[in-house]
Amino acid sequence: MTELPVEHGLLFAAALFCIGLVGVLIRRNLIFILMSLELMLNATAFVFVLGGALHGNADGQVMFLMILTLAAAEIAVALALVVHLYRRYRSLDADRLEAMKG
Amino acid sequence: MTTLFYLTMLIALLAALQVVRGLNAVHALLHLIVALLALALLFFLLGAPFAAALEVIVYAGAIMVLMVFVIMMLNQGDAAVEQERAWLDGASWRGPGLLCALLLLELGYLLLASDTGSAGWRPVAAAEVGRALYGPYLLLVELASMLLLAALVGAWHLARALKNRRGEES
Repeated sequence: MTELPVEHGLLFAAALFCIGLVGVLIRRNLIFILMSLELMLNATAFVFVLGGALHGNADGQVMFLMILTLAAAEIAVALALVVHLYRRYRSLDADRLEAMKG
Repeated sequence: MTTLFYLTMLIALLAALQVVRGLNAVHALLHLIVALLALALLFFLLGAPFAAALEVIVYAGAIMVLMVFVIMMLNQGDAAVEQERAWLDGASWRGPGLLCALLLLELGYLLLASDTGSAGWRPVAAAEVGRALYGPYLLLVELASMLLLAALVGAWHLARALKNRRGEES
């Protein structure tokens, strides 16, 4: 259907993943960390769809569906935890959680 | 057609950068939605219309609505913007940013050095994905449903614990 060098697609995914990684590393607000995680998940999902398109079969999109399910489950639990932590500490600062013990 | 690819990739990357650099949570969320929509367009261009539709409906729709609700509940105002500005003073993000840029350069070199060549895409329609899902990947679908159920129970449990213990905490 369309011509796109595979390397360029992979490069795009790598750039998106790295931007998400930078976000996870430099932000201290839990909401922003979660958004950066979403970016990283999307970069991997893009690689799966790209691979599926490259080989012309549906397996890539099946894996994309699994990543979508994973992201939904992750974000639901993570946001519940964030609300919980905010109620307890009155702050979204990830550094405030350094005293967490098992 | 190839220009469309590059334009959409550029939009996605710029929006992603705005998400990482953003101070206001709602503005960052808007940029995240733009990035997700750009990714959906990319999926469509790659010949995966089913994945593109799901990206818009589930990601840009449902998951982002969830995040909007939580941001509204936490009610972060101008004070939070000032706090974010203080946290992102430059010294804290230059180190990780530089290291990640180096990683990206390394990855780019490795990707471009290999000679995979360009490929022509064949569109994979929703019917094909459905046949794969309910054929060889049936077990995976069941596992996904169990994962969602576990997340549902987990989120419910966390919310319930909050309600029951509010009195003793505050």
